[in-house]
Amino acid sequence: MLLIHCPYCDEERPELEFAHAGEAHLVRPANMADMTDEEFASYFFYRENTKGVAFERWRHVHGCGRFFNAARDTVSDKFLKTYKVGEPKPKIAAAAPKKTQAAS
Amino acid sequence: MSFASQPQPNRIAGKGRLTPANQTRFEFDGKILGALEGDTVASALIANDIHLVGRSFKYHRPRGIVTAGPEEPNALLGIKRNVARHTPNIRATTQEVFDGLQATSQNRWPSLKFDIGEINDVASPFLSAGFYYKTFMWPRKAWDKLYEPFIRSAAGLGNAPEHEDPDHYSSQFAHCDVLIIGGGVAGLSAALAAAQSGANIIICDEQAYFGGAFHFDVDPKIDGTNGFEWAQQAAAKLAAMDNVRVLNRTTAFGYYAQNFVGLVERVTEHVSAPAADMPRERLWQVRAGKVIIATGAIERQMVFANNDRPGILLAGAARTYLNHYGVAVGRTIGVYTANDSAYAAAIDLKNAGVEVPAIVDVREAPDSQLVAQAEALGIRVLSGQAVTAAGGKQRVSSMSVAKIGGGSEQVIPVDAMIMSAGWTPSVHMFSQSRGKVKFDAANNRFLPGTYVQDCVSVGACNGTDDLTAIVDEALNAGEAAAKATKPKPRRNSVKIKVEGGAAWDGNMIGAAPGAEAGKVVKAFVDYQNDVTAKDIRLAVQEGFHSIEHVKRFTTNGMATDQGKLSNMHGLAIAAETLGKEIPEVGLTTFRAPYTPVTFGTIVNHSRGALFDPTRTTPMHESEVALGAVFEDVGNWKRAWYYPRAGEDMHAAVNRECKTVRDLVGMFDGSTLGKIEVVGPDAAKFLHLIYTNPFMKLGVGKLRYGIMCREDGFIYDDGVVGRIAEDKFHVTTTTGGAPRVLNHMEDYLQTEFPDLDVWLTSTSEQWAVIAVQGPKAREIVEPFVEGIDLSNEALPHMSMATGKICGVPTRLMRMSFTGEAGYEINVPADHGRMVWDALYERVEAAGGCAYGTETMHVLRAEKGFIIVGQDTDGTVTPYDAGVGWAVGKKKEDFVGIRGLKRPDLVASGRRQLVGLKSKDGKMVLEEGAQIVAERDATVPPKMIGWVSSSYWSENLGAPIALALIEGGSDRIGETLFVPMPDTTIEVEICKPVFVDEEGGRVHG
Repeated sequence: MLLIHCPYCDEERPELEFAHAGEAHLVRPANMADMTDEEFASYFFYRENTKGVAFERWRHVHGCGRFFNAARDTVSDKFLKTYKVGEPKPKIAAAAPKKTQAAS
Repeated sequence: MSFASQPQPNRIAGKGRLTPANQTRFEFDGKILGALEGDTVASALIANDIHLVGRSFKYHRPRGIVTAGPEEPNALLGIKRNVARHTPNIRATTQEVFDGLQATSQNRWPSLKFDIGEINDVASPFLSAGFYYKTFMWPRKAWDKLYEPFIRSAAGLGNAPEHEDPDHYSSQFAHCDVLIIGGGVAGLSAALAAAQSGANIIICDEQAYFGGAFHFDVDPKIDGTNGFEWAQQAAAKLAAMDNVRVLNRTTAFGYYAQNFVGLVERVTEHVSAPAADMPRERLWQVRAGKVIIATGAIERQMVFANNDRPGILLAGAARTYLNHYGVAVGRTIGVYTANDSAYAAAIDLKNAGVEVPAIVDVREAPDSQLVAQAEALGIRVLSGQAVTAAGGKQRVSSMSVAKIGGGSEQVIPVDAMIMSAGWTPSVHMFSQSRGKVKFDAANNRFLPGTYVQDCVSVGACNGTDDLTAIVDEALNAGEAAAKATKPKPRRNSVKIKVEGGAAWDGNMIGAAPGAEAGKVVKAFVDYQNDVTAKDIRLAVQEGFHSIEHVKRFTTNGMATDQGKLSNMHGLAIAAETLGKEIPEVGLTTFRAPYTPVTFGTIVNHSRGALFDPTRTTPMHESEVALGAVFEDVGNWKRAWYYPRAGEDMHAAVNRECKTVRDLVGMFDGSTLGKIEVVGPDAAKFLHLIYTNPFMKLGVGKLRYGIMCREDGFIYDDGVVGRIAEDKFHVTTTTGGAPRVLNHMEDYLQTEFPDLDVWLTSTSEQWAVIAVQGPKAREIVEPFVEGIDLSNEALPHMSMATGKICGVPTRLMRMSFTGEAGYEINVPADHGRMVWDALYERVEAAGGCAYGTETMHVLRAEKGFIIVGQDTDGTVTPYDAGVGWAVGKKKEDFVGIRGLKRPDLVASGRRQLVGLKSKDGKMVLEEGAQIVAERDATVPPKMIGWVSSSYWSENLGAPIALALIEGGSDRIGETLFVPMPDTTIEVEICKPVFVDEEGGRVHG
């Protein structure tokens, strides 16, 4: 079970308390009613589905109830950073696996 | 229990650590046998000179005990405590004997010694690798009647228990600074070093006693005492420390993300009469700062012809049986090895008085000192030679030995054999942690390479073999782990003195001489799945070149032992056949669980009533008293119907439906979702969330609202009441309550964060009692204070606050039945009192309580939709006939753009209509498909489906709602509902069957 850091509670809590809520940094257009079909399709249907660092929304649904954003590596399943709604997308490169040798 | 001790012919006086006076007994295939306390079933069987304990999976070959630990592939028994407590496939090598234990051999019929299935062994040329895939291909028709029943009866070992599990299991979460997996010398040393710092530590070991390899290796000394004794002292010392938790009989079975490790502790599996309050097993879910993996190594078998005959064991296992359990595995024991460790076993056995005629060593020049030691005891060492076959069937009787590369064969009579092809480091936990292994070509083994999680491997599982080096490595790792997790550790002062324990040399992977390519012999690589060296070669020849494919095609390593003995041999044979280096072929991935875990432990408390919570409404007990039959709606128990004496469901529902339309009925609507929407921008928020306009809804008014997703499809519906300018009472469907709140929170927090609004779930705060029917006002009026119920003051779709039965209420004049009525919200604690008071009056007036079934019928008579029944996530408000609820002048709401998508405004969409069966009798089946032509060619075009269907007692006819292509334009048309035995003719009508003008609600 993953531990996820809630940026509002500022605590690491078990995965069971959270719900995934899709891709992050998608802004609902103010001119909703006037969008072309293509614009609406790209807003509503198309997603990045990244292999590597994905930016996604999570909700601390069984905790504070807040939605927040997370950068997660979809290959290693590691959360690289979580941050509050409204904060800019952090610059994160996919982390290479830690090369630690056994103790000697 | 006292009884005469029974002779155990292979028990060696003066050997082992068990106490001869502590006699006990158990049953094997109905025969009562003697044992000593502390025995495993395997050691006790061998003490009684029993090696034949089961039949193999595919060929039904006689099989015996091979190992002395959890890696055992053969000796799987059914273990029974009593009729309800029977567990199949328990390894005899790990199950401790208790008084009264009943063990049963498996996979044999009619008996272990005479097994019909053994014919498979003779027929084995037809049962090669991939046999099932090749044989059960065609004809297709044979699958159901012939192939599947055959495979099902042949597949699987043992019999599942027939009774419900009477035991209980325990579950515990634990956090620690350092988790140490394995309680051999490496794990104990690491624990001692880490514990000194004050860090919180958990150390676990799967065996009853700590000490790992010291169970068999009696030569080295630690701190001046023998290794096993030292291990017990070390474990006791650790257990006495406040910051250490010591868990024996506890297997780390799974290593998950972020150092989350699953342990299973077998609490009472070894106890004859466990206390009733003790759990059978305990699941530990451990989150560790650091993990030290000290899981040791597992000895491999030699792959030679008939290496599966009962009585052929691993050398280390034979040494464990002798040195720990005081049991010799035979009286005349042959030794076959590629590794030094078998010499120590041979020497110990010889010194215990067992005949050891020869050590056959595939190596040309084994260690001269070892050879000299063996020869000094009178053991012949045949180096550069191989065992070409084992003789005997139900028990090994001889070994045929020949010089490698040719030469005459000599047959040496034996009654047991021990073997060693070297040791495989246990990298299971490391691999499960997603670490990448690297190949150590010099020693033919995979070792931990690249780490992904915060863990470290020490000792034999890390390829460290020399005892002094192991202890040093473990102490350093323990100290480092404690430092990393405890910023200011106390001074580390652990020093451990080691004497002896030099590394063993030599190894071999793959088939031994005599079982090489071209030889038609059964040299087993995987005992449990009956995979021979030949099978693996065949798989490669047939084009399976990836080791993952070879594994799946041959099933090598796929049995419950997960290839603990077979993986390296299988890999080596595949690599050799492919002409590739081992690292190029690669190792299959290790997966949890390391050893099988019972369903009981995994399921734990989550069964029976605790499987899923049950939600009941405040009025539940009153409904029970009225004889309600309940249905499950999500986690809710909802009153379904209230049968009276002699009534079936149909009769009860018909009576309830008529009573509501003629007189009055009462309904428990407490399960409805309720959300309080409060704040200066509350109206603005609802205006955006619902398709309806909300800005101008007056205080004290109700409005039926539709909620869409951004794609324009109906998400939920409900009635919204305005309590004050800045306060709304929102209701949702019963099942939709959590997701509607989530949906609202999502928009409020992320898309409309500027709105000053607060959302609170009040579903459980309000009990809701619907009173519906012509006499509704007459029923409610006497109980109400401060609310004028007249049509003028409280018309349909309005609400008021005041008191009912002396408690506060939000009284809503609304109707889901089409009758005049009220939905009375009262604080949940008063729900039952108000219900009971109202019911008394309803009953006196000739009314009744009605359940969800009647509610469904009445609303269908009015064509009111139920979201999720008459909509399926692809239905727009226009499709559902509630287009009037979409605000045409609104500039924005969730779904405004989706509703304009070309396919949502196209003609021919499925629309909600009513259906009447033309014969006036036939009630349609919900979900039934609808076609336009009676005799269309099959498959006909399906133009819609029945979403709701009931018998309407009020109309004396069946009614149905359906979604049909272009339905609104087809009113009056005749369509057909094909059923398996008939075709039902139906007429499309408007989806309103009762009171189309809607006058009754205003009564």
